[in-house]
Parts: sequence; C-alpha cells; structure tokens
Amino acid sequence: MKRFLLFLLLSSAVLAQSKDDQICLDCHGDKTLTTNRNGKEFSLFVNGKSFASSVHEEVSCTGCHSDVDPSNLPHNEKLEKVNCATCHEQPVQHYERSLHGQAYKKGKSLAPTCATCHGKHDILSSKNTKARTYVMNIPSLCGQCHKDGTPVSGLSTVSERKVLNEYSESIHGEGLFKRGLIVTAVCTSCHTSHDILPHENQFSSINRNNIVKTCLQCHRQIETVHQKVINGKLWENQPHKIPVCIECHAPHKVRRVFYTDSYPDDMCMKCHSNKDLYKVVDGKKVSLFVNLTEFKGSVHTVNSCVKCHTNVNQAKNPVCKTSGKVDCSICHQSQVEDYNISIHGQKHYGGDKSAPYCVDCHSSHNVQSKKAVNSPTFARNVPELCGKCHREGKNIGMAIDEHDKGIVASYKESIHGKGLLQSGLMVTATCVDCHSSHKELPFKDPRSTVNRNNISATCAQCHLGIYEKFKVSIHSSEVNKTDKKLPVCNDCHFSHEINRVDQKDFRQDIIQKCGKCHEDVTETYFDTFHGKVTKLGSAGAAKCYDCHGSHEILPAGNPKSMLSRKNIIETCRTCHPNSNRKFVGYLTHATHHDKERYPVLFYTFWAMVSLLTGTFLFFGVHTLLWFPRALKERKRLRAKIKESEESHE
Amino acid sequence: MSENLPKGKYYERFDAYSRFLHLLIITSFISLAITGMIIKFSGVGIFQFLSDMLGGYAVTGFIHRFAAVITFIYFALHIFYLIRKKKQKKISFTYFFKGENSLVPNKKDLEELWQTTKWFVGKAPRPQYGRWTYWEKFDYWAVFWGVAVIGFSGLLLWFPEFFTSIGLPGWLINVATIIHSDEALLAVGFIFTYHFFNTHFRPDKFPIDTVIFTGKVHIDELKEDRPREYEQIMQNEELLEKFGDAPSPLLVKVARIFGFTALAIGISLVILIIYSMIFLYQ
Repeated sequence: MKRFLLFLLLSSAVLAQSKDDQICLDCHGDKTLTTNRNGKEFSLFVNGKSFASSVHEEVSCTGCHSDVDPSNLPHNEKLEKVNCATCHEQPVQHYERSLHGQAYKKGKSLAPTCATCHGKHDILSSKNTKARTYVMNIPSLCGQCHKDGTPVSGLSTVSERKVLNEYSESIHGEGLFKRGLIVTAVCTSCHTSHDILPHENQFSSINRNNIVKTCLQCHRQIETVHQKVINGKLWENQPHKIPVCIECHAPHKVRRVFYTDSYPDDMCMKCHSNKDLYKVVDGKKVSLFVNLTEFKGSVHTVNSCVKCHTNVNQAKNPVCKTSGKVDCSICHQSQVEDYNISIHGQKHYGGDKSAPYCVDCHSSHNVQSKKAVNSPTFARNVPELCGKCHREGKNIGMAIDEHDKGIVASYKESIHGKGLLQSGLMVTATCVDCHSSHKELPFKDPRSTVNRNNISATCAQCHLGIYEKFKVSIHSSEVNKTDKKLPVCNDCHFSHEINRVDQKDFRQDIIQKCGKCHEDVTETYFDTFHGKVTKLGSAGAAKCYDCHGSHEILPAGNPKSMLSRKNIIETCRTCHPNSNRKFVGYLTHATHHDKERYPVLFYTFWAMVSLLTGTFLFFGVHTLLWFPRALKERKRLRAKIKESEESHE
Repeated sequence: MSENLPKGKYYERFDAYSRFLHLLIITSFISLAITGMIIKFSGVGIFQFLSDMLGGYAVTGFIHRFAAVITFIYFALHIFYLIRKKKQKKISFTYFFKGENSLVPNKKDLEELWQTTKWFVGKAPRPQYGRWTYWEKFDYWAVFWGVAVIGFSGLLLWFPEFFTSIGLPGWLINVATIIHSDEALLAVGFIFTYHFFNTHFRPDKFPIDTVIFTGKVHIDELKEDRPREYEQIMQNEELLEKFGDAPSPLLVKVARIFGFTALAIGISLVILIIYSMIFLYQ
C-alpha cells in the first residue's frame, strides 16, 4: 500500500511539472551548477524530484522567484531573496516581530529564517510525517539550535539551556516520544510557530498574563481540576491575583509535581531566616523573620513561598519588596469572600485594629489544619480562640455580653460546651458551628447564621431530625401564616447557656418560655394540679411540651397533634398508665373565672365561695358579739370565785 | 340535787376513746391543712419554702395522703363507736337522734341560739346549755360533712384514672379540685379561728381548755358552763360515777404543751393563708 502511494505521488509530481519549471530545471537540475557567494562556492542545484513532491509543487519556480522571466534567459546572476510574505503574510509578520526575526534583522548570524525551519525547495506540509515541522519532529527541529552545546545555547540571552533534555523528560515529551501522542504539546504549541516572543513581552504566548490561555488550548477543563484553587474564572480574568500554570508546573519540566525553581524558597530564606530582619510600618518594627521549622510543620509546607507571596517581582530588589499582604483568596476564595462580608471583615477594612484578620486566627506561617489537635482552629480550641476577644474583660466581650456569666463561661457550662470539653465529643457545636467560621455577623443582620430567620437552618446542620419535625409544626412559618412572632430554636434553648432538656432547670423554665407568648394558658396551667406541683419544684409533673409536644407541636384540632382525639389518651398515658377516654376529659387549663367556657366550674366555685362567706360571716358576727359579753362574764366569774374564797376563809 | 354526792371534784366529760379520736383528728387535720395549703398556694414563696422545708412536693404529697388515710380511719372508728355505744346502752333510735344528749340539731338549739344572741346584747341571761351547745353541734357536723365531702373529692383527685374508668366525666376532676380546695379552706379557716375561739380563746377559757386531752372538767366549771348538763348528771347515778380526782399534773402539762403547739400551728397557718390570699388577689 505504501509503495503504491509513493509511486502515485512521484508519477503525478513528474507529470505535473510545468513546462516553465522544466526550463529552470534544465540548468538547475545540474548538480554541478554552482556560483560564488562571498568567496564561497554555493550550489545552485535544485532537486526536481523533491520539488515536485513539495507543497509548492503547484507553484512554479517563478511563483516565488518572481524576478525571473523564463522567456528571457539566462536571468540575472543575483536574484532577489524570495519573499514568503507574498503568500504567507501573517506568519512572516509574526516572524518579523519575533525573537528570531528581530535577531535576523540585527544581522545575527545564528538567527533562523523561514528556510532554516521549513527548507527551501523541498518544503513539506507540517502534516507530512517527513516534514521537519511535523509535530514529532518539532523538538529536534528547535533543538538544532536550542540544545545543550550549540552556539545558541551558549548565548547569554537564552536562559533555558537544557530545554530539549528537560522537555523530553517532561510529561509532554514523554507523551510525544514514548507514547507517540501527536496531540501532546511541543515547542510551538506553547511558544507558537512564528510569533516567538520573550516571556517579558506582553504579547508573548508565554507571558504571565497569557500563559493560562496558552495552556488552556489543550487543558481546557483544567479549571475543574483546580476548582479549590481558583474556584471560578480568576485564572482567565484576573491572572495577576493567582499563581499561573508555570509557577507550579515548570515550563520545560512539566511534571505532575510542584516545582520550586523560579523563586526557590532557599532564596527567600537567605534573608528571612534572619531573626533580626524587620520592616518599619507606621513607625513600628515588624519582624520579617520566618520560622522555617514551624513552616515545615504547617499545612502549607507543600507550598513554595511565592505561591502565597505572589507579588514578587524580578525588577525589584529584593524581589519581595512591597509585595504587600498575602491574599489568601488566591486559594481560599470562598472563605475570604465570607470574611469580607463578616463583621470581622467589615471592622478590619473599616480600620478597626482589634478586628481579626486571617492570620489572627490561623497564624501566618504556622498555619495548621483544623484537624490538627494543636491547631487553634481545632474544635476543642475554638472557644478559647474566640474567647481571646469575646470574653469578660475584653472590650468586645463586654459589649455583647448577653447573660451574666459571659459568653465563654456560659458556653462551657452549656450542653455543647460540656460535650466538647468534658465528654470530649469533637462533633459537638463550637462557636463556629453556629456563627460560621468566616461569615460571622451580628444576629440582627439578616445574613447572619444566627439571625432569627436563619437560626433553625443553622441548628439543623446537626439537629436535622428536630428541624424536620419543627418545619411541619405550628411554630414553623411555613405552616403558620401569622403576623405574630413565631419562636425559633433559641427562644426556648438559650444560645450560650443551652441546657439538657431532661434536667430540672430546663423543665421548670420552659413554662416561662412558652408563657412569653401563651400567657393566658400558662396562667390557667398554674391553676391546675400540674402547674401547682410544678411551682413547688416538681420536675416530673407534666410541662407544656409533655402534652403538646415540643418541636412537632400542632394545634389540638390537627389529627396529628398529640392532643387530637386520636392521640390524647396515649399522650396522657405516658404519665397516667390507666388513662381512658373519660379521663382525658380533665380540663388541664381550666379556670373557674371563665363563665362562658367553664360554667360548671364557675358556679361550683361561686357556690363554694358563698358557703365560705356565709359561714364565716355568721360566725364572725357571733364571735364579735360573744367576745365583749364573755369578757364581762369573766369579770363576774372572777368576782364570784373571789367571794367564795373569802367566805371559805 | 341527788342524795348521792360526787366522788370527786372532776367530771369525766370525754372517754378515752373519744379523746384518742380527737388526737387523731388534730394530728391528721394539721398535716392535711399544711400540706394542702402548700399546693393551694403553690405560687406563694412562703409555701414553697415550707414545701422545701418538709422535703419537697413528693414528701408533702405523701404526708397528705397518709393523713387522709388517718382521717378515713378515725371517721370509721367514730361510726364504729356510735354503733357500739348504741348497742351497749341499748339506746333507741328515737333517743339516739332526738334525745337529750344527741348531736343532731333540734328545736332547742334554735331557741338557744336566739337566747344566746339576746345574751350577747345583754337582753337575757346566759342560756342553760346542755351537753352539746349548738356551736359544738355545728363543729361536729362540719367535720362529719367535711370529711365526707373533702374525703370523697380527695379520693377522686387521688385516683382520677379509676373514677373516670367507671364512668365519671373528666371535668368532674376539675370540679372536685374546686370543692376539695375550697371546702378545705373553709374547714381550716373555721377550725383555726372560730373553733379555737369558741373553745379555747373565749375569755372564760383563755388561753386553752384541756378537757379534750384530760377528759376532765371541774365541777364548778361544768356547773357554770353547762347548767342543764350539770343538773342532768346530778340526777343520774350512773353519771355521778364519772366524777373523780383531778387529772395528774403531768397529763395536764403534756396536754397544755400539745394543745399550745396545735394552736400555734393553726394560728400561724391562718395568718399565712390570709397573707397569701391578699398577696394572690392584689
């Protein structure tokens, strides 16, 4: 098959050769045809066969050598240089502004021209596997000059010296050479074929601002892989904000590993390992010492310095001068966005020096994972971390100290605090679980996780089962379309002083809590046995939620309610095992003051009151009359006794 | 006057059985009153304090029920006493209900009430009271009625599940609560004020009449206090047998200590109740 194709190609080429070209070949087909240029013998031989198989076969000799008139031979001995731009306008334009073209213009002898890469009369299509510009051949084509030991590699202006070696070991080179992947990146894929510019040039395909676009030609979906890093379009839209591809993936050594080459950490540590290094900000010394041991133990140890300190600049001395504050959003975009919204962020950017910034909680070089036991952000350490500011004695603590003990102290005694600090449960809620770790906002802010409208969802992060019950209860705004204020979790369960519900204090307090809204029924509750013994301190006596339910509370008219006709006997049975249909007719909120609703009780009460009043009135009068009379009688009796005693004597 | 002279200066007005029953009444009634008022006025700090002092609602609840059982016991013992007495002395029903010493109110009581009122205002001499004055009969029937009413409503509250299971409606428990509570208030209020005054604090008996503990009353006092009974005794040989020596000083001392304690508790409780009612309804 191959042979047949070759034959076809050759025969057609021969046939196709125009008559004019044949005329040129009459002379130039002679291998001995030479001329003398700059004192050197220069062959003028043109291989007709290879020309016939070149891409320019259809273009006659005069198509390029336009200053030759075949009808007027022999032509001038010195022909003009072929202008490829006649046909290849854009590539030549690019070439002319490229490094190669500029060098050529300056007369550098090593500078390549079109022919250096493409050849002259034997130019093949880059799709032709034999072409020098065929993708498989590009590294060796470029490598002719850009490999170790060539005159070009010796030039002081060329920084990458072992390009070809390094490339062939890179993932791209491996793909090309070892796996024969012709879609892999070769020199021209990144540097372009003709528009080869130094990376400092803003139009260069390998300029810091363009490199991402260049890599994205092939690595189209790379953003999804790097979602954590860039989370969005930062790479394309704000490349200056984040590290670009080559800062992690060294250009010619591209591997699946990070590199530390361009600004190696060693370079930074030359200065920053000095404990006395400092800068002066607002007249204050700020240490610039970096504890490398600490950093090595940090969660950022895999990162090079410049991955965070992105604004280093080769033009400055030192390169890090005025590089400014680290922008953590480079990697932790969502967290920083949250922080910017938070009250911490608002105050920080508003110039409040006491407001914490990223490093105040996470520290700078010693950043630890929140899973590390010693990390300040480890669950168990969070209350103390927040307590650095939110504690009695600290300004901030005083300002928002809602209860008498202070937030941290109250929290420690709460069920959450006890769970965390006494029972050692790391899944228990700490400050950040309710207030969020980065988007802390005052509860009045509608965006706050602890705002009335959001608190249920916040608690639901852990207490989902409860939340699902609550959502269908009469207290849920989804069920109850009322203008009245509906309760949310922390109306019954205090925020920082949150208690176990089976403990006496909570059971006693709940009446006050329900009573905040249900004042009338709370009063009547206290008129009945349950309420009365509760007032005497009985934790066991039925409380509001023992009958009405707590989170799933529904009006008694609802068949699902614990108090519906269907369920009430069972509900009472939790305490009264022999509860029956008549028994549940007991009026738990009865009052004898309501004539309309409870006439029987009303009249019974007033009958009793009449009986009491009547009896007391009768005997009151009786006694009042008796007393003065009995006093007189006493005198008379005494006198009589005296008399009889005297008579005895 | 009978030919037979009394054997001593002291007449035994109450036999040991009756005195023992009254002891039971005093102790159980005071217990019921305190523990009951604690729950009736559970919203008042002083009663909450009292509850805590006694060991909390669970203890007071137990005391209340225990004293209730005592009440039922003395009620039964009293009925038993009446039946036995009727049989022993072969008293006819007519005499039992209408006789001289019957506790059943009669026409004479009304007359005595009218006479007493006149005596109060100085328009008549002191009536010739017999064994039981009308206010003593009232006291007796108040307890009789009280034990029945408070007792039954109390049982309803004690065993609501049982009583509703035999068909009583649930709201009757609410009614029982009102009746139990207010009837108790009546009983406590009455006993600790009028009974105390009528029996102990009235100027001719002040500060205490120990007859219910010692059982014995001085002949002069009896003659002065209940002339009609005195006459009746003097004409009855059997009754003259009941005269004897003065009660032992020790018994009198114990009786006075016990009596004063009961009186003090009762008065204190009444003060607390009045305070609470002003406090609650202000």
